[in-house]
Amino acid sequence: MSALFLLIGISILVAGSFLVAFLWSVRNGQFDDDYTPSIRILFDDPEKSDTTSSSKKK
Amino acid sequence: MQLEKFYYDNRIVKNFAYATILWGAVGMLAGLWVSLQLVFPQLNITQYGSFGRLRPLHTNAVIFAFVGNGIFMGVYYSLQRLCKARMFSDKLSNIHFWGWQLIIVAAAITLPLGLTQGAEYAELIWPIDLAITIIWVVFGWNMFGTIIKRREKHLYVAIWFYIATFVTVAVLHIVRSGELPYTWLKSYTWYSGVQDALVQWWYGHNAVAFFLTTPYLGLMYYFLPKAANRPVYSYKLSIIHFWSLIFLYIWAGPHHLLYTALPNWAQSLGVVFSVMLIFPSWGGMINGLLTLRGAWDRVRDDVILKFMVVAVTAYGMATFEGPMLSLKSVSAISHYTDWIVAHVHVGALGWNGMLTFGVLYWLIPRIFKTDLYSKKLANNHFWLGTLGILFWAVPMYWAGFTQSSMWKQFTEAGQLKYTFLETVTYMKPFYAMRSVGGILYLTGVLIMVYNIYKTVKQGKLVANEEAEAAPLVKEYVKHSGEHWHRVIERKPVQFMILSLIVILIGGIIELVPTFLIKSNVPTISSVKPYTPLELQGRDIYVREGCYVCHSQMIRPFRSETERYGEYSKAGEFVYDHPFQWGSKRTGPDLAREGTGNLKKSDGWHFRHLREPSSMSEGSVMPSYAFMIDQVLDTSTTVAKIKAMQTLGVPYAKGFEYQANSDLSAQANSVRINLKIEGIQVPANREVIALIAYLQRLGTDISKNKTATSNK
Repeated sequence: MSALFLLIGISILVAGSFLVAFLWSVRNGQFDDDYTPSIRILFDDPEKSDTTSSSKKK
Repeated sequence: MQLEKFYYDNRIVKNFAYATILWGAVGMLAGLWVSLQLVFPQLNITQYGSFGRLRPLHTNAVIFAFVGNGIFMGVYYSLQRLCKARMFSDKLSNIHFWGWQLIIVAAAITLPLGLTQGAEYAELIWPIDLAITIIWVVFGWNMFGTIIKRREKHLYVAIWFYIATFVTVAVLHIVRSGELPYTWLKSYTWYSGVQDALVQWWYGHNAVAFFLTTPYLGLMYYFLPKAANRPVYSYKLSIIHFWSLIFLYIWAGPHHLLYTALPNWAQSLGVVFSVMLIFPSWGGMINGLLTLRGAWDRVRDDVILKFMVVAVTAYGMATFEGPMLSLKSVSAISHYTDWIVAHVHVGALGWNGMLTFGVLYWLIPRIFKTDLYSKKLANNHFWLGTLGILFWAVPMYWAGFTQSSMWKQFTEAGQLKYTFLETVTYMKPFYAMRSVGGILYLTGVLIMVYNIYKTVKQGKLVANEEAEAAPLVKEYVKHSGEHWHRVIERKPVQFMILSLIVILIGGIIELVPTFLIKSNVPTISSVKPYTPLELQGRDIYVREGCYVCHSQMIRPFRSETERYGEYSKAGEFVYDHPFQWGSKRTGPDLAREGTGNLKKSDGWHFRHLREPSSMSEGSVMPSYAFMIDQVLDTSTTVAKIKAMQTLGVPYAKGFEYQANSDLSAQANSVRINLKIEGIQVPANREVIALIAYLQRLGTDISKNKTATSNK
């Protein structure tokens, strides 16, 4: 059943890379603000005179 | 700070959207067709249109073509806006798009031709596997390139889901694609038997997790708030959802192998993680639904929100059901039945389908700068889709539960109450009702095609949408003439991804042949490698996709051992490249087909393969009469035996060169058996090889039994 150990090894590798990503993101301050990002995405279509976003027209 | 002007690439989004619609319709049509084949077996038209070849076409089309393009459509739209940057490279975007479509076309050609690896959702042959790897790397390169040149420091939670999708799918695909080519189209899996099964369901389950779930959760976190025009209920919860989900998901695979020959501790590990998964999954569902708090009145009017609410609800139901199904006692009932088919379709039709439709209706008018052509038609689509899911799922849940109960029912005298055939014919009305659900759902999709066509007609694509944002503060200054490694060091993400892939490929190539193959030493001395004729027959079994309907794994229940014989042992499968345990019993288990009370004459098999209903009235199995005319290709025998030797199957040295004469001798004896039963057929036909394989199934271990217990 050595495939088990191969898979567990690889799974740990993947999980480990996620852990590194997690630690990086915490240190990078990605989660310092847990409110404005959810608002920000709603305003990511700048309204321009030549390319009026259709969200405005709705 | 100076604002920078740039343009979002909408053309690539449009391309992926069109591909999503096209392949969605094709994949669902294939699904409807195969569902009808189970009601009317005469719809199995020619070998290229038989159920065993078309069902993989349906699953691959829906998963990798429909949902795949849906992912890319959503990612290319949202990533640019979340990063405030155009995609990293238009060239990479185009290579990605056309490469992926080419892969789909190649799959649509090879699968009906019977070119398959015989592993569910990983059927595609090795050259296509290679192409998938390359295109996937292109996708990742393009995505990370965009993330790195972003103008918004914060990575919105959707991007995290996309990153996890990319990394994990790459790893899964590489590990699952461990295969040894023996011709330029065909290969054998490195792993065999139980090991192959474990790799398969580690892959299979995580494909559901990281291809059908995480990217779509990313889409949900972007498009649902956008469509509702309100922020996600709790951003904090979305972060917790993401990290807990990805850490738990990767361990859940063994729940597909409960009560099989997989070691028990691995089964239990899979169950524990599967049960825990309900927490992040429901956290995500609740977060999605509560985003609409205080806006439920809008759901009544806004068809896009309706689609999304049904999608998120279906996600909640499927992820409640999943942990329940992974409990051993529930799996004992549900495994191998249509219950599982119902479960996955709640996920596919409900979660993936409805969310994709919602995103399409939201996104197409935006990139074409117009309004949706008809809200009424979209509403019709919504109701047809929702009713379609119900008409689809309810009969199949009923069917699955009934099927299982019938399999397990004993009479008062302690005998099995129903023959397998009785359970098959009992299913037919349910299968027919399921097809009605499919027709409703597909009709909805066709209405959408028309609606989107009209929308596109009345609008004009904004191929390059203008936007502006302030650049991120550069954290470093480039020096001219610096050492190349310094440049790489500043690209930690690409560096990490590249090294992960390199390490994986290297590690696997190094590890697998040495310690995996060495461990394939037979644990049961009476289990011998297949004869050349049986091996060829087995490859025909794989080619025809018999595993789609027939399992080869008897679980240790009285109802199964009474019906099929001794339960399956891990040691019986050591020479099976690939394993063929299957996951569904539309037909009976075949693990002991050549033994005990299941043993039939060569003539029975011949007549049954020629016209299944002549031997089993009411059978829904396709006819395999073409194998009687088709000559067995023995030119591959040498290469096959050699490949098997490389994989550690103990054929004697030099056996490959006498393999074909061995094959002819055995084929001739089958021919003589058939002649005695009054059937005239030349010995060089494919049907002979398949019969030899079927007669071999399970015989190794029964030899052992008769020797010891003299049963």
